[in-house]
Amino acid sequence: MNAYAGTGRLIRLAARRDRVQLPIWIIGAAVLMAAGAAAVADEFPTEESRVTALRGAGGSPAVLLMRGAPVGTDLGAMLNFRNFASMLVLAALMSTFAVVRHTRRNEETGRAELIGAGSVGRHAGLTAALVLAFAANLLLGAALTGTLLAAGLPASGSLAFGAACAVTGMAFAGLAAVAAQLFQGARAANAFAATSVGVAYLLRGVGDALGERAADGIQVTSAWPTWLSPIGWGMEVRPFGAERWWALALPVALLAVCVYGAFVLVDRRDLGAGLIPDRPGPAAGSRALLSPLGLAWRLHRASIFGWVAGSVVFGVGIGSLGASVNDAMTENTGVNKLLNQLAGSGGADLVDVYFAAMMNVFGVLAAGFVVQALLRLHTEEAGGPAEAVLGTAVGRVRWALSHLACAAGGAAAMLALAGAGAGLADAAAGGDEGVATLTGAGLAQLPAALTVAGFVVLVFGGLPRLVVTLAWAALALSIACGLLGDVLGLPQAVRDLSPFSHVPSIPAVDLTPGPIAALTAVAAALAAAGLMLFRRRDLAP
Amino acid sequence: MNDAISATGLVKRFGRTRALDGLNLAVAAGEVHGFLGPNGAGKTTTIRVLLGLLRADAGQVRVLGGDPWQDAVRLHHRLAYVPGEVNLWPNLSGGEAIDLFGDLRGGLDKTRRAELLERFQLDPTKRCRTYSKGNKQKVALIAAFASRVELFILDEPTSGLDPLMEAAFQQTVREVSADGATVLLSSHIFSEVEALCSKVSIIRDGVTVESGTLASLRHLTRTSVAVEAAGPISGLAGLPGVHDVVANGTQTRFDVDSRDLPGVLRHLAGFEVHALTSHPPTLEELFMRHYGVEASR
Ligand SMILES: Nc1ncnc2c1ncn2[C@@H]1O[C@H](COP(=O)(O)OP(=O)(O)OP(=O)(O)O)[C@@H](O)[C@H]1O
Ligand SMILES: [Mg+2]
Repeated sequence: MNAYAGTGRLIRLAARRDRVQLPIWIIGAAVLMAAGAAAVADEFPTEESRVTALRGAGGSPAVLLMRGAPVGTDLGAMLNFRNFASMLVLAALMSTFAVVRHTRRNEETGRAELIGAGSVGRHAGLTAALVLAFAANLLLGAALTGTLLAAGLPASGSLAFGAACAVTGMAFAGLAAVAAQLFQGARAANAFAATSVGVAYLLRGVGDALGERAADGIQVTSAWPTWLSPIGWGMEVRPFGAERWWALALPVALLAVCVYGAFVLVDRRDLGAGLIPDRPGPAAGSRALLSPLGLAWRLHRASIFGWVAGSVVFGVGIGSLGASVNDAMTENTGVNKLLNQLAGSGGADLVDVYFAAMMNVFGVLAAGFVVQALLRLHTEEAGGPAEAVLGTAVGRVRWALSHLACAAGGAAAMLALAGAGAGLADAAAGGDEGVATLTGAGLAQLPAALTVAGFVVLVFGGLPRLVVTLAWAALALSIACGLLGDVLGLPQAVRDLSPFSHVPSIPAVDLTPGPIAALTAVAAALAAAGLMLFRRRDLAP
Repeated sequence: MNDAISATGLVKRFGRTRALDGLNLAVAAGEVHGFLGPNGAGKTTTIRVLLGLLRADAGQVRVLGGDPWQDAVRLHHRLAYVPGEVNLWPNLSGGEAIDLFGDLRGGLDKTRRAELLERFQLDPTKRCRTYSKGNKQKVALIAAFASRVELFILDEPTSGLDPLMEAAFQQTVREVSADGATVLLSSHIFSEVEALCSKVSIIRDGVTVESGTLASLRHLTRTSVAVEAAGPISGLAGLPGVHDVVANGTQTRFDVDSRDLPGVLRHLAGFEVHALTSHPPTLEELFMRHYGVEASR
């Protein structure tokens, strides 16, 4: 049988399954882009204001790490500086998740076996997943280019921006395709692919932070680590600077290698198996496993270790840059303003503001972890083992609370250790923030993450069919309204909807127990309501 | 009343589908009760209601004397459930899954566990993701049967087992039944139900259409008769209760309603019969008769 037989049918099936999800990614990106463009035009209307801001940024490795290398001083270049890196990450994540969803996840749920038996060639599944991811990236690129053109930005820069996002997304689709062949289990494949996005982002950040500043004090030429990263390649297209179109060839080359590799691997392994095989497991369950909490810990621990390790590394990186923030930016108002916006505080000590802003980022990461962890409730229930577990003498509330405990505990560990890591690194670099202060600053973000958790439990109890969409949407909105609310120029009333708008920006401001207690109470109330609804509803089959 | 399970007038709607539409089910303590019905009849839905996983829209349910929706956790200490579709955690080994289910139910009998692993020939060190459908069912079956409980609720537990394992399953059900446990067995495998069950309930479109002992159900239906005689047997088709006469020279086959059997035997006495075999309808024939007619309508 032709190895590609049935590909068309599978593409249609995949497109149907993703008819909500992918448009949300694409439209969401375009909306963020439009908001970003409007905010830049609003905040930095003059060349002069942009020069001031960028000059300061170019001198601060920390800012370069987070944002990227400035490519010029016009509006487009400013937008590139503020939004390009995050758009590339977005394209990369959209692509990796889509490819794993339509390859490994399909195999795991047995869908692929059904499809495989139904006169569909062995390459059809992978081909369909890749075609879908490519189409999504083309649409994403077109949507971004269109948005930028509509904002009145130059055509070549807009096109380069969209093209770089699309091509970078495709390269990550290729990486995910390889990961899906190598690993048994969609979780492992997803984790590998998502980690590669994170590593690529950080490598690029390190390269930019170590970059060399041009004579104008604005443009930065990235150092070699950037060139190791597919996201770095995307950035090196430098839209709205002097565009380097040839840099688009690098992700395309990676894509070609990955696609070739993935197809070779498909031919060499059996359906459902990975190339990295399983070791035999224990013949009996250990005591530690044999309780709802023990089970939940077992299911979450790998992901908790991953997130905590990532947070610590990131925290140490952030901490080690703290002292240099001071040197670079004391007299610079542009960056000052940017950080102040992120941290949501006005006129405090610059280093404090920097750390407060970074702790907010950790808060968002913790919330992201919490959403991912709690959605496990949903996967366990819908077509998962929850039916059998709840058929034993485990009550529903106890079962759900076990997962909630792992989510909350993991988030607390992430925040405390990220803060401690930042504090230690800061002390090593000669800063004086204090380990205890930064650990506390990290933990102060916990109530915001828990509020997001409470919301997820609420929709899990009340609207179980929509929980995946609503949970991620709530997280995205919390970030957009809270963390980026100022940058995007949203009105205060909208910003107040986000729990992140209410956490005290320690160490830029003092610890105030009021908002922390209030957020914790809201989180507890949401979770309690969710558990009550869950107890009263039918279990999904 | 010492029914282990009693349900009366159960109604369960999913949107506009009425999955259960006034279903009745009574399972006496200590019996092995077969639960039959075509696909989509409502067997799994009934079982989920009995476990308190779904809440019935109307009707009464008692399981082991309690209300499964209110007292789920308390009752689940005393029963074991094997779902129709066994989903496990891909990263756990089979042994871990067995111990987990057993422990969450309140404890496993270790020697019984070892004995069942041997009997069902399951390798407990394999990761659950590598198990075939049948092996996943074995995990759930071993976890259930290694628990000392009063009631077993089994939803098509053998649909993936090979014939050897089917025999092991039947042996195990007989053992727990001999120990006094009650078993509710939903199944599409008639030979299994005939071999194990003292009573059966047949449901269709969410209502119970037949319920009783196998013998009493057979009594309501026809016996198949094959006769070998010196010559053709005349006048059969005109007798009351005789159906589907097929004559082939000296061989004659027909079905007869059980209550009309005496008249047919008197009629046959007038011919020179060499051989006569008759057999009661199998459960499969009972079932087909019920649904074959419905299906062709
Ligand atoms: N969660 C649900 N949502 C909507 N409809 C459902 C749901 N669960 C069951 N149904 C419907 O209820 C009816 C009864 O289904 P059920 O699974 O109980 O049948 P069954 O007798 O177990 O069938 P089978 O022999 O195929 O296992 C079917 O029409 C089914 O489509
Ligand atoms: Mg069923």
